[in-house]
Amino acid sequence: MLTKRIIPCLDMTEGKVVKGIQFVSFTDAGDPVMLAEKYDKDGADELVFLDITATVENRDILLDVVQNTAKKVTIPFSVGGGIRSVEDMRLILKNGADKVSVNTGAFKNPRLINDCANAFGNQCVVLSMDVKKIGKNYWSVFINGGRTNTGISAVKWAKKAVSLGAGEILLTSIDSDGTKKGFDIELTRNVSQAVSVPVIASGGAGKMEDFANILKDGQADAALAASVFHFGKYTIKEVKKYLKSKNILVRN
Amino acid sequence: MITIIDYGIGNLGSVANALDKLGARYQISSQPKDLRAATSLILPGVGAASEGMRNLKERNIDKVLIEEIDRGKPFLGICLGMQLLFDNSEEGNIKCLSILEGKVKKFQKEKKIPQIGWNSVEIQNSKVKNLFLGIPDNSYLYFVNSYYCIPADKSIIIGETEYGETFPSVIVKENIMATQFHPEKSGKAGFQLLKNFINYVN
Repeated sequence: MLTKRIIPCLDMTEGKVVKGIQFVSFTDAGDPVMLAEKYDKDGADELVFLDITATVENRDILLDVVQNTAKKVTIPFSVGGGIRSVEDMRLILKNGADKVSVNTGAFKNPRLINDCANAFGNQCVVLSMDVKKIGKNYWSVFINGGRTNTGISAVKWAKKAVSLGAGEILLTSIDSDGTKKGFDIELTRNVSQAVSVPVIASGGAGKMEDFANILKDGQADAALAASVFHFGKYTIKEVKKYLKSKNILVRN
Repeated sequence: MITIIDYGIGNLGSVANALDKLGARYQISSQPKDLRAATSLILPGVGAASEGMRNLKERNIDKVLIEEIDRGKPFLGICLGMQLLFDNSEEGNIKCLSILEGKVKKFQKEKKIPQIGWNSVEIQNSKVKNLFLGIPDNSYLYFVNSYYCIPADKSIIIGETEYGETFPSVIVKENIMATQFHPEKSGKAGFQLLKNFINYVN
């Protein structure tokens, strides 16, 4: 049986891992390659890197991190931030990433998903979407690092992206991000039920129960977290031990 | 020396990185002569079967690959590199290498496709002692696939995995070894398998 995945997320700027709260006020959390190795040893199922500033100057630093991570870790990892073209994606994959996540670039130009899936296969293309609840039962997709409200519903965009070739969805709740108050279960369940690809839930991990809730009630295939792991609130091993005690299948 | 076959598909780098970590000697090549000169071959691969076959043909390495495997050269196929060994694939309805009898079929029962993540491999056949040496039964390995192989000869199925339906995740037939999962991305268990392959070919 396929296990649920626990995925530490490394938000980076200028080659350093940082963590923000609701997409602002960042704190330094350390060296990405060292953290990646540590998480690999600690039982992470996968890693996610997001270049949150994604400027041209940062691109070379990012590729350096990708290359060094690929040499060190024994598990898959994805990289995202500022991907605008098939060439951007090719460069990241060539440097050793297993998947690439697209966000704003894909929203503005949905063909990008199609082109990337055709070039590298669906399994390489992760649609990353940042979502905020803006009304009763209405979750809207935000782009440009959470600054621009598109007004498009999360489920609608997720379905479209999958029909274009996205192989996985990384779903971040802006409301929950960095609050440690739990994942957005309703949002995740809605998206997970609407699409035929795996959904990684992101934003809000605080207590151990949050992981169990999002994987069961939220129907997420994977749960992503940053602060709780970076700042040592508990380890991935501890989370997995807890999930096992709740009869959720995880890798040893 | 191991030759990792470069056919313009998937992430060859991750197999190379894994072999580096294990201290194995290898080269990455798409030259027929390097396939012939190699002591063993690895065919990695993620991506579409049709593109894989087209690329092998364009580089004139499909026939060489068949010949070298026929001659008994140790071979490891990974993911798409496993699927291409069979007669045909439902993915794009294409003819594959026909080194092994059987076909490649899409998952039917599970809602989420591709299968992405860690799944367990149940060892079905103890003749695999070399490849799975030091890897406990039901270990978790990393899979990314929408399609799986159905060999005509069931006796070559060494390991099985469940994803809505039971499918062969490891096959071994004489010098041919292949896994549906990615050992190069499967932590300790995967690295142990690669190490076993390297020990076997050395």
